[in-house]
Amino acid sequence: MRLFRGRWLQIYTWLVIAWLVVPIGVMVLFGFNDTKGRYNSTFQGFTLKWYGKLFEIGDLTQALVNSLLIAVLTMLIAGVLGSLIGLALGRYRFRGSGTMNVIMFAAISCAEIVMGASLLSLFVTLAVPLGFWTIVISHVMFSISFVAITVRARVMTLDASLEEAARDLGAGTWTTFRLVTLPMIFPGVLAGSMLAFALSIDDFVITNFNSGGTVTFPLWIWGSTRVGIPPQVNVMGTLIFAAGLLIAFGNALIARRRR
Amino acid sequence: MRRLRAALTPYALIFPGGVWLAIFFVVPTVVMLSLSLQSGNVADGFVFTWNWQSYVDGLTNYHDQIIRSLVYGLAATLIQIVIGFPVAYWIAFKGGRHKSVYLFLLLLPFLVSFVLRTISWQFLLSDNGMLLGPLKDLGLLPHDFRVLATPYAVIGGLAYNFLPFMVLPMYVALERIDPRVLEAANDLYANKFQTFLRVVLPLSLPGVFAGVLMTFVPASSDYVNASVLGGTNTTMIGNVIQNQYLVTQDYPTASALSFTLMALLLVGIFAYAKALGTEDVLEVAAR
Repeated sequence: MRLFRGRWLQIYTWLVIAWLVVPIGVMVLFGFNDTKGRYNSTFQGFTLKWYGKLFEIGDLTQALVNSLLIAVLTMLIAGVLGSLIGLALGRYRFRGSGTMNVIMFAAISCAEIVMGASLLSLFVTLAVPLGFWTIVISHVMFSISFVAITVRARVMTLDASLEEAARDLGAGTWTTFRLVTLPMIFPGVLAGSMLAFALSIDDFVITNFNSGGTVTFPLWIWGSTRVGIPPQVNVMGTLIFAAGLLIAFGNALIARRRR
Repeated sequence: MRRLRAALTPYALIFPGGVWLAIFFVVPTVVMLSLSLQSGNVADGFVFTWNWQSYVDGLTNYHDQIIRSLVYGLAATLIQIVIGFPVAYWIAFKGGRHKSVYLFLLLLPFLVSFVLRTISWQFLLSDNGMLLGPLKDLGLLPHDFRVLATPYAVIGGLAYNFLPFMVLPMYVALERIDPRVLEAANDLYANKFQTFLRVVLPLSLPGVFAGVLMTFVPASSDYVNASVLGGTNTTMIGNVIQNQYLVTQDYPTASALSFTLMALLLVGIFAYAKALGTEDVLEVAAR
């Protein structure tokens, strides 16, 4: 039992964290590489020039723009639809809620490739042209459940009597929702929507199946693995990583101030 | 009237999202099943003919890849349990007030695109790259030594990419253990080892099972790791399905294979849900 005690486990935990972080460090480092040829494979000195030439590869920039647009649309659509489901499941007891839970469990635990392949089967059968909008459809589809359970978790911690009080004081359904329910569940809605954004911007497998000719950031990287990844990709990856860190720290600060 | 409206409210709330999931998640599964039983080709179109041949062809031609996917998925999952359990244990019991910091560090890889992370490993492990190059120059490794294009690279990549999905549910289960239960074990003269074996371990099992579900499914159906880190002898069923759908466009065989994969995974998932319920997974996913 000594093994499980004290320092050793702590060191071990830090080693595992280091293992998880190594590829990120490599990605960041090679965004600063003063590489000469086409291959960004050996470190040849520090430079910031790729940050200056960030948008020099037209179709890569377009891919990043596509990814951001799709992620924002997914965040908004899945944010609203998922929140409504989460509210219903957390607040009401009704026939059919079990079925909804099973469908969401299935959507969360389903293999991505199966979801992507079956959605493509639908689009092929109905001869739907693939592209930007089929990607949005697929991203909303796999994000809804994640938003719904996030909001449901928030709703279940809240006191329903506050809404009853609002109604007793003469507020209508809409007014109650706007002034009481929505402000209370909003942290959950925000967390769920941000999760949808993150899932969307990172998705590769389902997008790969339903993108047609439209290219997103992960798809562009995938397409250029054979010919070599330009440093701009590292820089974009680094900036997305940094933005994620900032948001996480902002969240933590706000949470601490609330306390 | 008011009661009727109250009774209908949850259905109105569920309706738009439910319809979206029905049309783009539930219906496509049925369409895929139908497509797998059709015959024809892209040029002339496909007709439904109860064509079971696609399943026969798929299983005869690709049983190697199916078995390999399950083996790789299982290997990656076991590695994750072994690597992840001590981490989850330490954070849950010794993490103190920095628990959320450690969890955040574990989730850091998710801030970088999955494809980019995998390519980063390809880069690190390349035959004369940052890791192997110096070791070969020092003569510590033979010059033809390689990690890429071997099963070890693919399994390692799978274990790396999905590790947080294993640690998180194990942590949730361990963290939930009431310290008084451990004190009780101590009062009843259990030593530390017995306490761990007979109290902590059984109580952590729901978390381990949830972790297995959340890592085995994506690992065994993945094709990114096998493509980027593997070679011709490490192709998984995901690579085949991807290729058949997007390159050769043999939709019946592709959907037959995809449906077979789904059926294999579903058996496992349903057995899981029947035995343990859906709450653990939904709860972890909500965090």
